[in-house]
Amino acid sequence: MSAALALGDDALVLSHRLGEWAGHAPVLEEEVALANIALDLLGQARMLLSFVGDEDELAFLREERSFRNLQLVEQPNGDFAHTIARQLYFSVYQHLLYERLAAGEGEFADLAAKAVKEVAYHRDHAEQWVLRLGDGTAESHERMQRGLDGLWRFTGELFEPVEGVDVDWQALRDGWLAAVTSVVERATLTPPSGPQSGAWAAGAGRQGLHTEPFGKMLAEMQHLHRSHPGASW
Amino acid sequence: MAAVTADQRTQGTAGTVDEAAAAALTAAFDAAVAADDRIEPRDWMPDAYRASLVRQMAQHAHSEIIGMQPEANWITRAPSLRRKAILMAKVQDEAGHGLYLYSAAETLGTSREEMLDKLHAGRQRYSSIFNYPTLTWADVGAIGWLVDGAAITNQVPLCRCSYGPYARAMVRICKEESFHQRQGYELLLALSRGTAAQHEMAQDAVNRWWWPSLMMFGPPDDASAHSAQSMAWKIKRHSNDELRRRFVDICVPQAQTLGLTLPDPDIRWNEELGQHDYGAIDWTEFQEVLKGNGPCNEQRLAQRRAAHEEGAWVRDAAAAYAEKHTARPGASGATAHPVEATA
Repeated sequence: MSAALALGDDALVLSHRLGEWAGHAPVLEEEVALANIALDLLGQARMLLSFVGDEDELAFLREERSFRNLQLVEQPNGDFAHTIARQLYFSVYQHLLYERLAAGEGEFADLAAKAVKEVAYHRDHAEQWVLRLGDGTAESHERMQRGLDGLWRFTGELFEPVEGVDVDWQALRDGWLAAVTSVVERATLTPPSGPQSGAWAAGAGRQGLHTEPFGKMLAEMQHLHRSHPGASW
Repeated sequence: MAAVTADQRTQGTAGTVDEAAAAALTAAFDAAVAADDRIEPRDWMPDAYRASLVRQMAQHAHSEIIGMQPEANWITRAPSLRRKAILMAKVQDEAGHGLYLYSAAETLGTSREEMLDKLHAGRQRYSSIFNYPTLTWADVGAIGWLVDGAAITNQVPLCRCSYGPYARAMVRICKEESFHQRQGYELLLALSRGTAAQHEMAQDAVNRWWWPSLMMFGPPDDASAHSAQSMAWKIKRHSNDELRRRFVDICVPQAQTLGLTLPDPDIRWNEELGQHDYGAIDWTEFQEVLKGNGPCNEQRLAQRRAAHEEGAWVRDAAAAYAEKHTARPGASGATAHPVEATA
């Protein structure tokens, strides 16, 4: 139950952030790609939330403190490099996690088996862009490095065990670190070296503690639904 | 074989085309059009035909990408996850349509960059309909029902357009557009049959979008600058007024089923014509919006320019990366082109 909520909220919130790019992407191919990723994530979110209850009640009527998503996915888009850094960190995590879940026999095995194919594409998309931006121009290199550095402190939370998700979290962390480091180095960038979480904040999103931008995101997302109590759409 | 190819054109002395040869090329082109053959990119075609197609296809492509804005305005506020998924998929389709249309236009010797530059400089147009704002959620439905409905009425005949790449692009686009139209209709139906506030929202949206949708068919036939020549070339198959009337005929019964009214007291069945009559369109408003004085002209173009300018460093990086990695064959790394998603 809490696991479906955690994984579902990750997908829901990141999908929303990616949806904010519509009409603002740097090139038409990325309008298609970012919307595609957002749609995949929204599909995953709907399935996961449905394990818990009514998808719309969960998405639109919960207060901020009841969301269980990682703080990483709620971070504002920033520039394209910032979004790509967020995509790299999250898609590598989700890919490794879903691969393990798909291989297991738990309640998420079927969902993960389907989603892992989508997520493999998301990961590839992020990795290709990290390479292009890191090894592109001086400006793109600098922006990509800034994106990776800026979001690094939200990555520690990825490996806080989620109750009901039966994986080896330490192995997941090791695999993630190796994969991210490899891409970052191939992109001629420097792997961030700071702490992966604030001393007080480890696992905070999973416990319902979020960052300031998240409340505003929810205000926008929930406003219309909440303005018409009981209406169907 | 549709017409004379470009290679044949250059077979004259020193690559010039004398009068007799020019007449032969024109005759072959005219015959191909008359026989309903498709003109293909390598076929000879009159310069004015090429220019007219570039104008129309670029405008069409620009409309797809500018058209993303009024709908994207509601992605982050969609009131249910199902509606959010439908809307995101629709906006994504529009980006996809933009891609096909720019590619189809590129077969005429222009480039996407060139067309975008002209759009950003205000030298190529996009459909004026997107200069109206989406003020409520119901506008998403009204755009689907009316704007996409009008677009389909305009575009289905383009599937038989004389220029092959355009006609083929339109076949796929029309399939997706008709899906969008049904989704918009279904959205409005849910609102119309919902709470009083939802019904009112739907009616208000239809009131605001009806007349601009009728204007999408362009000026009346006697005032349309490009119509006659386009019809002769079979780029266009029906006149603006013919299509507009066809659209009204489609919408009247649909509005009844929706339980909504169309904001035109003069709509009535004309027994003699077997079609509906409708009230006078305010062409002053049309001209004003066309001139740039619509509610959102500046906003739409400013957002488009900003996205393009803010994205310049990304495109530069992709180009620089591609250059480095083709210069060093065998180097591992990203593929040369931005990854295109498979929907």
